[in-house]
Amino acid sequence: MINLVWLVPLLPLLGFLVNGLGRKVLSKGLVGVIGSGTVLAGFVVSLLIFLEVRTEGFNQQIVHLFDFISVGSLKIPFAFQVDRLSALFLLVITGVGSLIHIYSTSYMHDESNEGFARYFAYLNLFVFSMLLLVLGANYVMMFIGWEGVGLCSYLLIGFWFKNPAYNKAANKAFIMNRIGDLGFLLGIFLMITQFGSVSFNDVFSQVPALGSNAGVLVAIAMLLFVGAMGKSAQLPLYTWLPDAMAGPTPVSALIHAATMVTAGIYMIARSNVIYTLAPSIQMVVAIVGLATAVFAASIALKQNDIKKVLAYSTVSQLGYMFLALGVGAYTAAVFHVMTHAFFKALLFLGSGSVIHAMGGEQDIRKMGGLKKYMPITNITFLIGCLAIAGIPGFAGFFSKDEILANAFVSSPVFYAVGLFGALMTAFYMFRLYYMTFSGTFRGTHEQEHHLHESPAAITFPLIVLAILSIVGGWVGMPEVFHVKNFLAAYLAPIFAPSAPYLHEHHLSHSMEWILMGISTVLVIVMIFWARAKYVAWKDEGVENTGLAKVLENKWYVDELYDAIIVKPLYSLSKFFQDGIEKSGIDALVNGVGKGVQWGSQQIRLLQSGQVGFYIFAMVIGMIVLLLISLFI
Amino acid sequence: MDLQLILFILLSAVAIISALGVVFSKNPVSSVLCLIVTFIAIAGHYILLNAQFLAVVHIIVYTGAIMVLFLFVIMLMNLNADIEPQKRNWMKYAGVISGGVMFLVLLAAVRDANMPALSTTSTDIGLIENLGKTLFTTYVVPFEISSILFLSAMVGAVIIGKKD
Amino acid sequence: MPIQYYIFLSIALFCIGIMGVLMRRNAIIIFMCIEMMLNAVNLLLVSFSKMWADAGRVDAGSAQIFVFFIMVVAAAEVAVGLAIIVMMYRNSHSVDVNLLSRLKN
Repeated sequence: MINLVWLVPLLPLLGFLVNGLGRKVLSKGLVGVIGSGTVLAGFVVSLLIFLEVRTEGFNQQIVHLFDFISVGSLKIPFAFQVDRLSALFLLVITGVGSLIHIYSTSYMHDESNEGFARYFAYLNLFVFSMLLLVLGANYVMMFIGWEGVGLCSYLLIGFWFKNPAYNKAANKAFIMNRIGDLGFLLGIFLMITQFGSVSFNDVFSQVPALGSNAGVLVAIAMLLFVGAMGKSAQLPLYTWLPDAMAGPTPVSALIHAATMVTAGIYMIARSNVIYTLAPSIQMVVAIVGLATAVFAASIALKQNDIKKVLAYSTVSQLGYMFLALGVGAYTAAVFHVMTHAFFKALLFLGSGSVIHAMGGEQDIRKMGGLKKYMPITNITFLIGCLAIAGIPGFAGFFSKDEILANAFVSSPVFYAVGLFGALMTAFYMFRLYYMTFSGTFRGTHEQEHHLHESPAAITFPLIVLAILSIVGGWVGMPEVFHVKNFLAAYLAPIFAPSAPYLHEHHLSHSMEWILMGISTVLVIVMIFWARAKYVAWKDEGVENTGLAKVLENKWYVDELYDAIIVKPLYSLSKFFQDGIEKSGIDALVNGVGKGVQWGSQQIRLLQSGQVGFYIFAMVIGMIVLLLISLFI
Repeated sequence: MDLQLILFILLSAVAIISALGVVFSKNPVSSVLCLIVTFIAIAGHYILLNAQFLAVVHIIVYTGAIMVLFLFVIMLMNLNADIEPQKRNWMKYAGVISGGVMFLVLLAAVRDANMPALSTTSTDIGLIENLGKTLFTTYVVPFEISSILFLSAMVGAVIIGKKD
Repeated sequence: MPIQYYIFLSIALFCIGIMGVLMRRNAIIIFMCIEMMLNAVNLLLVSFSKMWADAGRVDAGSAQIFVFFIMVVAAAEVAVGLAIIVMMYRNSHSVDVNLLSRLKN
């Protein structure tokens, strides 16, 4: 089965080609079937691969398809690497991906035929790129996928390209990603000069020889991390992600919650040896992750757009994943990627269902009381909130707890700050939930009349994801529960190379219980606080002041970037345009033109039309030439 | 001083003097006659250089055909009188000076060249048999092409000279 | 006899031809000077032919064949050139090349 792994990315690619090329002739039903079917088939193949990979004693396999680049001694094959990490990501991508495809068939039904097919073509292309990213057996393959998802993200954010604001959001995402990609690319170049290869196996086998904290290693780790910062929306390159909510909601769910943004996590988890051997950069990763987690959570507290809240919560959760990577808890990071994919996709799809019912309204101040109109959405959304808040039993609890426990091992400060962020998470998620689903309806009459539960194509993925949000965490239960941690055992071979370099000191079980207890109690307190404050919230039109205003305006980060980067760049360009271009280059070019014109007007007088003079000039020329050849 | 050198000096003197005559005579008809003398002197040089056949062809083509054509045109147009206005003398001086400079430069260019002297023995390279063989074996294609050139020149001359 | 003599003679004839072309304004005289320059070259070719024949080269006759070709071209040139002069005379009743300054515009 593993040799057929190329089928997994090929199927979505075929779907993309068929839907993209046949967008004018295919009917919506056919497009939906092709789009969802190819990803679903990919999921089946992934599942078979996973079953093979999870058997005891499985070694990674490289499926070599053809040589992609062969320059001198540098050989970059187009090869897929199947191992436990990539198989797990395959499963998540195709699984969540196919659910979102199914969801989209209903959500996007109002689009025109052509737009519908275009949407599915982009979505399939995205899945293809993402699969390429996780399957690639070297950094260049990964980079191809990396750029592919960036492109699809651009296309999908700007899907409704007639709205200039959406186009700006798409551009922003693309440019922000490009900054990160430059770092990634430089990292790859450095790798080529240092190791002469970009294949994972070659690089990782040569890394330990360099020793811990070798300069070049630190540089590579930092450059790769810059790439991850861009793609996974970390400080300071996170601002594109909230704006990316301009795209259709299933896109937000697929790209900006479940898959694409986890590419950075995947890359660092994949390069774990490099990072383990560069502890200084690991520290940077942890601090950036933690800062992002708290920062984004604080912004989410005061946002009123249902998708913006979820977007900031995504940024925050990604921060937790980086924190886990930074403290060397690679398993915990991958675990959180998985559970986060489930509950964040669930939350986004749930919000999509709400937006659908509200006729496009996204402001939670105008919602409320949706509980009785949309029971299934209500229940699944609640499950998602419980999961992300970290209530015991739900998926988010186990993964977040593992991260926090590992952070505590590294430094209690990390734990305290991380817990603070987790409490804010619980608060803003339940603020969102209560403002949306309880209380009384605050929208217009027309909207109230229109409220309804969404069709089955929307509720089915919600139910499946809700179930996964509960049971998804059970594969990685900590040992204190006296059960086997499947995930840790499953992923152990991937992180084995870096195990010798990590300082292992386990928490005592009692300490772990205490930490767990503290976070659970505090989270429940936060939830009740949020309930008390927002369960019957009324829009009183009070302007926010002080810190709340700062939070509502997202710490003025966009304005800050505008002031320190965009504006100076504009004025610099203006200077170049007016100063250098017009009076420098233009003057030079026009001057040359004018000089030639003037000169030729003077020389024209030589053309007297008299043959004698011409012959005379010719003879003089001959004499000069002869003199030159004679004396020089 | 052998005979060849004497003949060379004689023929050269005739050639140069009559060439100057071509340039400086005021009457076009005497220019033509001077040129004929020059050509005959050159034909003499050809004989000295063992190119007997060429000398004969030269006299027939140049003196016999081309120069007669010139003369014919001059007579036809009644140009025998000097019609050139004698203005703009600077052009003449410029011509003389640049021609002289050219002469000096060329002399300077070949003066130091080291080349073998010509022997006094005769060679049979210029005999009609040898030339014919060379012309119709090695150079048969250029020969045919030059016949086409001739044909087109003839057609061109007729077309240009036609009274429209 | 040094071959330089012939070279000098050719140069002399050639430069006299150039002088004539530069000095005279009568188109027919200019034409004749051009013929003289061509003949200077012919003379040079023939003397080099002799030089190589003395050196024992079998293909020394090629130079004389070139002289033939130059004669052919000269004859063709004269035919066309004189036709042009005749036409020019017919149009302007003069053979002064300085009248032919319409190239100016």
